[in-house]
Amino acid sequence: MAEQRIDVKKTYKMYIGGDFPRSESGRTYKAFDSDGNLLANACQGSRKDFRDAVKIARGAFGGWSSRSAYNRGQILYRIAEMMEDRRDQFMRELGPIGFKAAEAEADINAAIDRLIYYAGWTDKYQQVFGSINPVASSHFNFSMLEPTGVVAAFAPEKSPLLGLVSVIAPIIAGGNTCVILASEEFPLPSISFAEVLNSSDVPEGVVNILTGSREELAEHFSTHMDVNAMCYTDDLPKGMKKMIDENASLNVKRIIKRPVKDWYSEEAQTPYFVTDFQETKTTWHPVGY
Amino acid sequence: MKHPDFNQTIPIDEVGVTERVARLNSRSIKKDSKVQALKLALSMIDHTTLEGSDSPGKVIQLCKKARQPHPAIPDLPTVAAVCVYPRMVSVAKKELKGTDINVASVATAFPSGQAPLFMRLEDTKFAVSEGADEIDMVISRGAFLNGEFSLVFDEIAAVKEACGEAHLKVILETGELHTLENVRKASDLAMHAGADFIKTSTGKVSPAATQPVTLVMLEAIRDFYYKTDKMIGMKPAGGIRTAKQAIQYLVIVKETLGAAWLNKKYFRFGASSLTNDLLMQIVKQETGHYQSLDYFSND
Repeated sequence: MAEQRIDVKKTYKMYIGGDFPRSESGRTYKAFDSDGNLLANACQGSRKDFRDAVKIARGAFGGWSSRSAYNRGQILYRIAEMMEDRRDQFMRELGPIGFKAAEAEADINAAIDRLIYYAGWTDKYQQVFGSINPVASSHFNFSMLEPTGVVAAFAPEKSPLLGLVSVIAPIIAGGNTCVILASEEFPLPSISFAEVLNSSDVPEGVVNILTGSREELAEHFSTHMDVNAMCYTDDLPKGMKKMIDENASLNVKRIIKRPVKDWYSEEAQTPYFVTDFQETKTTWHPVGY
Repeated sequence: MKHPDFNQTIPIDEVGVTERVARLNSRSIKKDSKVQALKLALSMIDHTTLEGSDSPGKVIQLCKKARQPHPAIPDLPTVAAVCVYPRMVSVAKKELKGTDINVASVATAFPSGQAPLFMRLEDTKFAVSEGADEIDMVISRGAFLNGEFSLVFDEIAAVKEACGEAHLKVILETGELHTLENVRKASDLAMHAGADFIKTSTGKVSPAATQPVTLVMLEAIRDFYYKTDKMIGMKPAGGIRTAKQAIQYLVIVKETLGAAWLNKKYFRFGASSLTNDLLMQIVKQETGHYQSLDYFSND
């Protein structure tokens, strides 16, 4: 009986609004291991999938941004807990795409630690980066940070787990919602990370993960008027960079470029990744003397 | 005119209705046809505010939006009408002077209709005297469900008389009628009693307008037209929020009644948030970029 059993393979789908849908276009592409063997089919997300994801991220923004900072921290911590629980799954998925056992373990450890790092920052960046400002009139003047809104991002191409987590964590720690395009070459660990998110008290729609082609989606990521910021960390082709910059001017989208070479290094985690997606609001409050 | 016997029930094939709607929804309207449909839908909107918190300021804002839906595209069609409570009719009338946008007023103790008939008639007369071009009345659903069809018929006829020159839209509140047979019967009853339009819902009861209900009402309108040569209008209201839904409704109308009904004289959408979604889609078609509500005015 045992030797006749047929493996049940996982279908890797996208993560939109807390669901795992296929692309509305019905398209897929092949994901290979480092030896060129077929691992699985991944969904090739379309502009309409992106549009749907943005709509859902916008809908989730109000609720997520008004959670208390402490609660957002708890939820980030919960993601780390769930990831800890799924180490084996990630080990199995990182192995075939070129991670040696020790490297894969280091990648998973660093990803979990990164979540804890930003979980800690959720209720601290306000104190550190907000300010009370001296003014020459009878006003109490203070500046506070508020989340930018819906953030679209390209996850790093060569770091499908640690890189992805390092991009998502600071965005949501600051109360934003996001639509992320996973690594095109290695999409599978990113979708497994979506399963972690889905079981971690992260409200649906706060993180949405698409798989597909940057070349195809860059235009829509950068032109969508309801996207308030866009972020990428890889060195993009020159033409694509220029197009993104130009398109961003349509609604004065924030374009955040963070060229991180080494996701294990100190430059890969900083509270400035949180403040990249924050707007400063300054209040003049009249006071009498 | 000889009226049908309203104690007889016309059977409706619910599965058939649902399937026909599903098949019509699968129709793909793209590019130029889509732009045309979006603009047509915009011109058919009864731009509505029916809240207890309505104030003259809110109604003025609503009227400004009705006159010029999106200033960045000045040559857009205006909406068909602005729909308000009777107390707000004079405000809207003044704001819309010099345009061909109608002022519609709900009346007859909207949304429940649970007031004595003389008060409902006074409500109607007040709205008309304030200048309403169209009256949206509600039927007595309780009496209808009780089988008191003559009573409901007579009430509609009385309101029609109170309307004078104003057009009468009869709200069936299909969400409270339970079956498609009842929807059909109420539609027939309203049309025979003098309705110029039949309308699905108040927007205060869930479910509001649905496509199967709309199809049944459109078929009632078609049969009434065959019988009497009179064209009655249709107004689905409540729950229609997206441009995509609106286009689906237009397809259902076109396939059931034909192009003669595809104008604001015979078809309306009762909606408030639909306007902005249509505008966003029109701008998307023009620019190629997905739009954000941040750049469209409220109401």
